[in-house]
Amino acid sequence: MISRRDFMQTSMAAAALYGSSGFGNWSRLAAQQLMTQDKLLEFDTFGNVSLIHITDIHAQLKPIYFREPSVNIGVGGNKGAVPHVTGADFRKLYGIDDGSPSAYALTHDDFSALAQSYGRVGGLDRVSTVINSIRADRPDALLLDGGDTWHGSYTCYHTQGQDMVNVMNALKPDAMTFHWEFTLGSDRVNEIVEGLPFAALGQNIFDAEWDEPAELFPPYKFFERGGVKIAVIGQAFPYMPIANPGWMFPEYSFGIRDENMQAMVDDVRSQGAELVVCLSHNGFDVDKQMAGKVTGIDVILSGHTHDALPEPVLVGETIIVASGSNGKFVSRVDLDVRDGRMMGFRHKLIPIFSDVITPDAEVTKVIDAQREPYADVLSEVIGRTADDQMLYRRGNFNGTWDDLICDALISEREADIALSPGVRWGPSILPGQDITREDIWNVTSMSYGEAYRTEMTGEFLHVVLEDVADNLFNPDPYYQQGGDMVRVGGLGYRIDVTKPQGDRITEMTLLKTGEAIDPTKTYQIAGWASVNEGTEGPAIWDVVEAHIAKQGTISLDPNNSVKVVGI
Amino acid sequence: MELTRRNAIAMGAGALLIAGLPIRVSAAAEDAIAAFTGGAEVGAGDISLTAPEIAENGNTVPIEVSSDTAVEIMVLATGNPTPGVATFKFGKLAGSRAASTRIRLAGTQDVVAVAKLEDGSFVQASSTVKVTIGGCGG
Repeated sequence: MISRRDFMQTSMAAAALYGSSGFGNWSRLAAQQLMTQDKLLEFDTFGNVSLIHITDIHAQLKPIYFREPSVNIGVGGNKGAVPHVTGADFRKLYGIDDGSPSAYALTHDDFSALAQSYGRVGGLDRVSTVINSIRADRPDALLLDGGDTWHGSYTCYHTQGQDMVNVMNALKPDAMTFHWEFTLGSDRVNEIVEGLPFAALGQNIFDAEWDEPAELFPPYKFFERGGVKIAVIGQAFPYMPIANPGWMFPEYSFGIRDENMQAMVDDVRSQGAELVVCLSHNGFDVDKQMAGKVTGIDVILSGHTHDALPEPVLVGETIIVASGSNGKFVSRVDLDVRDGRMMGFRHKLIPIFSDVITPDAEVTKVIDAQREPYADVLSEVIGRTADDQMLYRRGNFNGTWDDLICDALISEREADIALSPGVRWGPSILPGQDITREDIWNVTSMSYGEAYRTEMTGEFLHVVLEDVADNLFNPDPYYQQGGDMVRVGGLGYRIDVTKPQGDRITEMTLLKTGEAIDPTKTYQIAGWASVNEGTEGPAIWDVVEAHIAKQGTISLDPNNSVKVVGI
Repeated sequence: MELTRRNAIAMGAGALLIAGLPIRVSAAAEDAIAAFTGGAEVGAGDISLTAPEIAENGNTVPIEVSSDTAVEIMVLATGNPTPGVATFKFGKLAGSRAASTRIRLAGTQDVVAVAKLEDGSFVQASSTVKVTIGGCGG
């Protein structure tokens, strides 16, 4: 019998082995200018089960640029722990050479320069090639989609997710879980899910009225693969009605519900499951915490917080795999399951370098068919970035895309202060690159994109910032929602991430006058993506397009308006 | 030392802290617990309270309490202007000693359940429920 200690050594050895031979290879290959499809996909097939994980695609059908964050702060027990490690620290942790393909894929430094060498990433026709290659090694590999799939582009918005459904169906997933899908509205989600040729899972998707499991979304599904009885349990994003407009899907309730997760794990184990996989949209820190509370999960495939990790994180006997976002990565996890338990694993985070991986022509055809009716609208050039200006979103406090969106809100909506939601999706634009209408939609598209204008007192504005900050920096991950801090324009502040809610945000300053925000004074606030029903205003993509068209060439002032302490 | 109700509550809270359960209780909630327990010490044990970490709607928050050996369970929303929510009583023939209901919470606060067990002792569980204005998840 294998003891827990043996298991850990086995699996860590496997991880370490792959960490040096599979993952580290990219760097050496780059030095040799030998990055080829075969090398990227090279994998010594292991054990008897293969899992393929992709998550948080956000409707990115085509190759894009995607810069990873430079600021990703962990708090409480996760201070300094992955995925809260960025840049040079991240490269040092995983032994990645500066300037290598993996440095480009996983860290932010020199992004625009490296993008010139290594090109765009993602594209679901390339993803298909990777999946096909894994299926060639292991025909019964399970393909699992972590959700945030039917959201995030012009075509997705105008087809109400149908473009993504059609393309994903061509990839033949085995199961999926959910988050932004629900912002299509419950009628549309129900309509799609009823016709899905694969399992739509969520042990935490409940009927809001009766607080009972929702019939349309079973908690788990069994698969027989490689002679192993596998249970895949779905975990949808727990805080949908809070982080997104609950009025769009009032019939549903979510939550972490880890006691029900434990009950489901016990249930599938008692039915003979030899391997329990949780397909999760919890976010990484929540998954880590859940892995420590719920016993009996072998693998958590983690989504939501868009982290890409070259090695799984081990919590007890559970491995947690994080596979990035926007179609940029696919994870392959091979498992050795014997005598009813997981004995070891081999893992590879495969970056989808779009110029290296040959597109699957069949899937290219499906993608083109979705985009063809909108081709002219998508490709219209609205402006361009200056030669020293990159546009990106990720980072805990700001990104240049949101700086631009906030500028657009202030000037187009004549406001003192602008607020832009701290979402983590949206590709990047390189310096000197055309900005098309599609690019603008890629960072703004949603079913509640009205750009509102409202009045707030200084005191209320402080409450808003404190509330959002606690969703990010509460030391207990179960009280976090997985978004980044609300982005602000026209406002400066100081944040101490170690303080409790109500005490984090100080020194709020109205930038245009340099004066301190007066709690009793009323300010004109423009923003978008309100979760409140009945929000009125022009669509955010129209506001941003008008602003970019007026500017022509986009050049932004560096954003130093947020002072962060307590890191 | 004379054992007052308030001291007894403080001791009970101390025991809970040792058990790793955070508890912040208002004076009104303290008084309600003291009235329920008659000043007896409150420990941790056979009581479970299930509540969401973050409320989807602060006006209707689903909670559930259960205990195999309780004869009464009192539920308090410690941060509400009136903390009392409900007291559930279970007879010997009760098939299951569990109750669920929905409660309104004025803001982020601890919900506390205190159970009187068959042996006359008292146990307590608490759970922090965050009530947030929401937005920005992504």
